[in-house]
Amino acid sequence: MHSLTIAQLMRGLRQKQFSSLELTQHYLNRINTLDRHYNSYISVCEQQALEQAQAADRQLAGGTGPSLCGIPIAHKDLFCTEGVRTSCGSKMLDNFVPPYSATIVEHCQAAGAVMLGKTNMDEFAMGSSNENSYYGAVNNPWQRDCVPGGSSGGSAAAMAAQLAAGTTASDTGGSIRQPASFCGVTGLKPTYGRVSRWGMVAYASSLDQAGAITKTAEDAALMLNVLAGFDSKDSTSIDKDTPDYTQTLDDSIADLRIGVPAEYFGDGLDAEVASLVEAAIKQFEALGATIKAVSLPHTQLAVPAYYVIAPAECSANLSRFDGVRYGHRCKDPENLQDLYQRSRAEGFGEEVKRRIMVGAYALSAGYYDAYYRKAQQVRRLIKQDYDAVFAEVDLIAGPTAPTPAFGIGAKTQDPVSMYLEDIYTLPTNLAGLPGISIPCGLTQTGKPVGLQLTAHYFAEARLLNAAHRFQQETDFHQLTAPEIA
Amino acid sequence: MEWETVIGLEVHVQLATQTKIFSGASTAFGAQANTQACAIDLAMPGTLPVANAQAFRYAIMFGLAINADINQHSVFERKNYFYPDLPKGYQTTQLDQPIVGAGYVDIEREDGSRKRIRIHHAHLEEDAGKSLHEGLGGECQGMSGIDLNRAGTPLIEIVSEPDMRTAEEAVAYAKKLHSIVTSLGICDGEMSQGSMRFDVNISVRAKGEDKLGTRTETKNLNSFKFMEDAIALEVQRQIDVIEDGGQVVQQTRLYDGDRKTARAMRSKEDANDYRYFPCPDLLPVVFDKAYIEEIRQQLPELPAARRQRFIEQYALSEYDAKVLGDDAATAQFFEACVKHGEDAKLAANWVMGELSARLNASDIRITQSPVSAEQLAGVISRIKDKTISSKIAKQVFEGLWQGEGPSADAIIEAKGLKQVSDSGALAAMIDTVIADNATQVDNYRKADADKRPKMLGYFVGQIMKASKGQANPQMVNQLLTEKLNTIIEG
Amino acid sequence: MDAEDIHKLAQLARINIDNEMIDEVAASITTILALVDQLQAADTEGVAPMSHPMDAVQRLRADTITEPNQREALQANAPATAEGLFLVPKVID
Repeated sequence: MHSLTIAQLMRGLRQKQFSSLELTQHYLNRINTLDRHYNSYISVCEQQALEQAQAADRQLAGGTGPSLCGIPIAHKDLFCTEGVRTSCGSKMLDNFVPPYSATIVEHCQAAGAVMLGKTNMDEFAMGSSNENSYYGAVNNPWQRDCVPGGSSGGSAAAMAAQLAAGTTASDTGGSIRQPASFCGVTGLKPTYGRVSRWGMVAYASSLDQAGAITKTAEDAALMLNVLAGFDSKDSTSIDKDTPDYTQTLDDSIADLRIGVPAEYFGDGLDAEVASLVEAAIKQFEALGATIKAVSLPHTQLAVPAYYVIAPAECSANLSRFDGVRYGHRCKDPENLQDLYQRSRAEGFGEEVKRRIMVGAYALSAGYYDAYYRKAQQVRRLIKQDYDAVFAEVDLIAGPTAPTPAFGIGAKTQDPVSMYLEDIYTLPTNLAGLPGISIPCGLTQTGKPVGLQLTAHYFAEARLLNAAHRFQQETDFHQLTAPEIA
Repeated sequence: MEWETVIGLEVHVQLATQTKIFSGASTAFGAQANTQACAIDLAMPGTLPVANAQAFRYAIMFGLAINADINQHSVFERKNYFYPDLPKGYQTTQLDQPIVGAGYVDIEREDGSRKRIRIHHAHLEEDAGKSLHEGLGGECQGMSGIDLNRAGTPLIEIVSEPDMRTAEEAVAYAKKLHSIVTSLGICDGEMSQGSMRFDVNISVRAKGEDKLGTRTETKNLNSFKFMEDAIALEVQRQIDVIEDGGQVVQQTRLYDGDRKTARAMRSKEDANDYRYFPCPDLLPVVFDKAYIEEIRQQLPELPAARRQRFIEQYALSEYDAKVLGDDAATAQFFEACVKHGEDAKLAANWVMGELSARLNASDIRITQSPVSAEQLAGVISRIKDKTISSKIAKQVFEGLWQGEGPSADAIIEAKGLKQVSDSGALAAMIDTVIADNATQVDNYRKADADKRPKMLGYFVGQIMKASKGQANPQMVNQLLTEKLNTIIEG
Repeated sequence: MDAEDIHKLAQLARINIDNEMIDEVAASITTILALVDQLQAADTEGVAPMSHPMDAVQRLRADTITEPNQREALQANAPATAEGLFLVPKVID
């Protein structure tokens, strides 16, 4: 059952081939026996999941089950879940049990999904390797001594190890797409504003966007149908109708125009990754798409711009963690300053502290114009690059990440080399565009590689359509890690 | 040396919205600690702000009332600092693009002269919670308690130019703002509840000097009196410092109204670097011209216009019109009173006289008056139709104040205070008084004609005494004169 | 970035940093600043800063009470409370 897609499970449940209780119990058994190898979950909600499964079975029996009825999924541990610890991968929130749920958690509940638990992540979504979690690193199911990518490393690893039928995740600079690439699964980051941010613990508010990591593009469409939608509780949510993303999956892509930016194939790109991605692009051509060379000239500036804007926003967003109303509080504070300084020093990990300080620096008196303002201007240049390219093409294709999964510990001493991992995914967040990473093959050492597709604002349907058609013609997404198969 | 004081004010006005600026929690005053602080107000992880339309409407109303430019495009920024009453670790406020641009108000000094005070801008922001230091006993000894009910209450901060030169001008300006915001109905004006709070920037310089001296800021003054005292104290302190050969240091000060002392704030000692930047959780707020015009059309009457109307409509003196017209609640009470009592002059006298004196003595605002406008109008009507005299009216008013009856008529009836206007009854009383005072009657007869009116007062007094004040004085006068004339001629 | 700069930043961010860690933190922040300094090469003359991915404007909320008292639930995560108040070491103004 664990190798089936959400689409297949939905049919199986409705045809009574198995019950949600059986399915859920099966996944819980897998998590209990296998996840010690991967550490992809921070919390498992066994009791609650079984109850939800039974309720789903009752609905299914009555023939009234909503779309994801009985499907066992997991949420990244930055989505608030009422009554279930929401840690954000941080010691700071190790004891935090929210009395409310994120909008997308409510959406999944309303759609009948069963919550298996909460997945591991880089602390406060800051990282590209999932090594910054208070709950320990996550191991890549393809090669356990490698990282799964980050920050949604737990969700991607749980999908690769088939420990959930689908997962939610979030993407601030590539945190859905890069781990999806490293783990050989499909990762969708919707347009900024498409999915509500209410109840998703903020890292960088103007970049954060929730999405899904799944086995296939079709599953991503099924998940997006549930996640997407206007939310009056999020001022940045866009009030725009959401189509049924499954309706256009099978549309022809013969008229599709795909741009390939030269800047995505320059220095720093692993040769094997380059050839697999190029082969995938050829595959699209074989499906009838037109391939066009394009240019996104400010790509190189995305990393420096991102590492001003995201830290600046996070430096303010994380000020609320002060040991006063919730979260970690140091023992026996001598005075108020001591309470703040020790609670935060003890509660946050090194990378989080580093970004908070970089952000505070970029905003501080005398530096604002040179850093923050400049970065916001560069951000506009990057968006204008995209606007120009999307006047000519429908999608942009390229590698998701410059390398396949690297070894655990390989980059922890050098934050900048870690930051460069996100060079192809960051520009999309700065512009607010939707993107998807789909598997496009394995390196000679058996590591998955991802192809990234980017679309114009709110063109998720086209993105999913192209990805789905590709997956119908290829079987990269069906490859499973040797030890899982 | 002669010194000149330069004063600028930052005035925080709590807007009279039902809910917070970024959440749907109530802003009602006086609730139990933290019962009106929702997840957003507490900055719980994952929560997000959504701005309150009414707060903007009120801010625009204020802007229009001070002849300011309304910025059709305004932006919220985050002002970063740590403080326990600031849950997010930043205050959401406006900096470069505030909703209200430059404007002005005209104040009047006590000598009647006028002065224009320029307002640099007014911006919307959220209020902080409260730190309570007292009354925490037991194991909480030495701790502060944080109540976040106030956190997120919408404020407009009104920033003046340094245009004031005396405490009197500063107070006149503050009172003018109070009068405007209460007239607009955008603030309840309850100073004792912190609805309006003043930060005063003060510097001194030698008279004739152009350059401004180093200023200090005295924060959070919540009464006109405290503001006046705090300014006097700070001006003297700065002059003393300079005359002693020292230099004024830029600092934030706290005034203690009970002890009439001030000190530098310790928590503000280190120079703050607030790291303002546009709030990424909120988008630019944009209004079209038509919306602003619609608000302008619906703007309630402002104090200056009301004053003028009172002079024209009710024939009030300039002074009466100012006293009654500047405070919205007083104006409303007065007009309600006129509506029911139909005599503007009497209503003005009663509101400014007896009512005002009683309110002051009890230290309550006119909105809390135990005698309603309708009840006072009842008293006035009975004076007007001569059912009672002005003197008896005070008794009736007192009865209403004490809650002895629902209306003037009820009290007049219950206490039998109705004026005696029955000529037969009055004639009988007059006869008795004349019979009992033969000597005075004799003196009256012998007196010169021009002395007689003065002597009449004695008889009137006797009759009023005999009637317990209820005799109609005009009728007594008339009947008595007739009676005495008959005796003289007789 | 020297030790003094890091102390200032740490104070601004209210994060205690042990003295023996200062040099390491200074070094890593210096590398990051070197990375972001690449921005200075960009020609941004006349480019308006972009704070939001969308050119959307703020929606405003009606002024009606939607949040009832939930003090008990909201304070369940609080490290220290008494009489409904959050407790902190004494605040000195």
